[in-house]
Amino acid sequence: MAREHSPRRKALLTVAAWTAGLLIFFPILWTILTSFKTEAQAIADPPLFLNFDWTLENYAAVQERSDYMRFLWNSIVISGASTLLGVLIAVPAAWSMAFVPSKRTKDILLWMLSTKMLPAVGVLYPIYLIFIELGLLDTRAGLTVVIMLINLPIIVWMLYTYFREIPVDILEAARMDGADLRAEILYVLAPMALPGIASTVLLNVILAWNEAFWTLNLTAANAAPLTAFIASYSSPEGLFYAKLSAASTMAIAPILILGWFSQKQLVRGLTFGAVK
Amino acid sequence: MHLQKAACAAAALSLFAAGGAMAETLTIATVNNGDMIRMQGLTDDFTAKTGHKVEWVTLEENVLRQRVTTDISTKGGQFDIMTIGMYETPIWARNGWLAPLDNLSAEYDVDDILPAIRNGLSVDGTLYAAPFYGESSMIMYRKDLMEAAGLTMPEAPSWDFVAEAARKMTDRENGIYGICLRGKAGWGENMAFLTAMSNSFGARWFDMEWRPQFDTPEWKQTLTFYLDLMNEAGPPGASANGFNENLSLFQQGKCGMWIDATVAASFVTNPKESTVADKVGFALAPDAGLGKRSNWLWAWALAIPTGTKKEAAARQFIEWATSKAYLELVAQKEGWPNVPPGTRASLYANPEYAKAPFAEMTLKSINSADPLHPTVKPVPYVGVQFVAIPEFAGIATEVGQEFSAALAGQQTAEEALAKAQALTEDAMEAAGYR
Repeated sequence: MAREHSPRRKALLTVAAWTAGLLIFFPILWTILTSFKTEAQAIADPPLFLNFDWTLENYAAVQERSDYMRFLWNSIVISGASTLLGVLIAVPAAWSMAFVPSKRTKDILLWMLSTKMLPAVGVLYPIYLIFIELGLLDTRAGLTVVIMLINLPIIVWMLYTYFREIPVDILEAARMDGADLRAEILYVLAPMALPGIASTVLLNVILAWNEAFWTLNLTAANAAPLTAFIASYSSPEGLFYAKLSAASTMAIAPILILGWFSQKQLVRGLTFGAVK
Repeated sequence: MHLQKAACAAAALSLFAAGGAMAETLTIATVNNGDMIRMQGLTDDFTAKTGHKVEWVTLEENVLRQRVTTDISTKGGQFDIMTIGMYETPIWARNGWLAPLDNLSAEYDVDDILPAIRNGLSVDGTLYAAPFYGESSMIMYRKDLMEAAGLTMPEAPSWDFVAEAARKMTDRENGIYGICLRGKAGWGENMAFLTAMSNSFGARWFDMEWRPQFDTPEWKQTLTFYLDLMNEAGPPGASANGFNENLSLFQQGKCGMWIDATVAASFVTNPKESTVADKVGFALAPDAGLGKRSNWLWAWALAIPTGTKKEAAARQFIEWATSKAYLELVAQKEGWPNVPPGTRASLYANPEYAKAPFAEMTLKSINSADPLHPTVKPVPYVGVQFVAIPEFAGIATEVGQEFSAALAGQQTAEEALAKAQALTEDAMEAAGYR
């Protein structure tokens, strides 16, 4: 049952939530606004908020210089495929950890998480050499595998937490009715865990979309996704903030829209385990 | 007989033509700056002439450096041409990572390349990277503010004059600061400026035995002078200012003087971006009367990693992109001021180009830098604003953090220098120089 809130308290909470939300969103808003300014207006002091001559010249310049669709397609393929592959591997893994735990399950979970604590650059050279051997440099397949492996611990952990909330008795009942393992996972577990799986997928698409170490270091001309697209507009010797903002806006727009439409699932996913 | 010969020749010719027409696709890694982007737009000219196609990988400078270093050190073979700087070229050439650029065509006229630039990109007399554009540093100043201060900027000022002018031009109430200099930590940020500045005060990074020299009076004088000047006549928060921040300040009329890359001259005189475009004058970077000025020398250059299977096509591209004909192509399409500067003597002999207000001073600045003899005393290294050893980038960035902290008022010059000395000694010992 929801707790009762006084109207005053409710109003305060609303204001606080909006303030926090706008504060967090402000850098993105500023990026979007800057993308419509000229380079001179972008660095104007005092900064211009809305009272500038809106222009699309930066978008035109970016379009002319870069093949945006190619970067976008690479981003979609890599983030989609790595998430799908990860979920395919993680569902059985999380099933076994949640429903038939062994003495070592906790240790395995922690060990998996510990791989996230190693700085990525520490394994850059080994991975790079392996990729040379396997001919995977600058391929979407190679990047898909690496990003899947990076996000796998998070996928397993999230699914494990969701699965744990499902009473094992229901699965046992299905088994009594003669369901084999495949039927049990596909027809009993999956439908019940669907909201959890959905938020896991969404969060991991976002993580894969934003991954900017491996996607920059393992690609060249063919498999480079939108992170490389942004990096090509940043410059320490020259003021190209408006163009950089236009490129950034174009790179984050698809994921921002996806996030907007799926915010309900996302919030569940991000706060999982926080409120029981 | 005659016919047979002719037929043979024809066959050979057609074979040759077919061989020449075998189109390759070159992958080229490059940095994001105006000249490189312009080159990407003109690639069609290269494709029309040779049949080879080009794929560009454009990255921010520091990302690019990490990316190409990983690739070349593992022989990853992802790039047929890499855009590298004067810092990497001698190190990589010594490692055997770069194909020597000898046997360039007579038409290319390698002797036309400015000697300072060519020396910085050569090892033992062999060129390993062809310069795409070159830069030095110089003073950009506001002619109107200088006049209001009752001073005239000489062509080759001293540090004492610059300090005096900076103090007189400063008008904090109106947000005008006499001098804007780099303060942001980084080997390519504040340390590029401070290392070049220290040369004019007779300081050096290492003596001939590779002993770090931060405990010498020359370094103390350099850093004290810089801190005093910035504290009295610099903008607030200068310890966070790099090239872009100072460019922005200068373009908005907040700086009396700015000492930085010559490439900035075309930005600050561009009326589309700069509010002070018609009020900018140029002068050589200052000296302290010791025979060395405080300007640096840098070039972005194109190099071929050893082991690429497309070396012949890569050579063709480099000859195209760094040729005299390319300069003319840019001039014809975009005008002379947009030609990549600082590489060829013939460009500065061209009366059309000499009309650009910064052309002459850029050339003089480049010519007055000597990467082989950067400072007053002899040094065991090559490089004006850097030391061309692999360890330098890491060490100088740490030293830069100490100097930046001193500028932010978190420590004194003495403390910063003592820490710089200690950390450089440790790093050089660990690297086996001592």
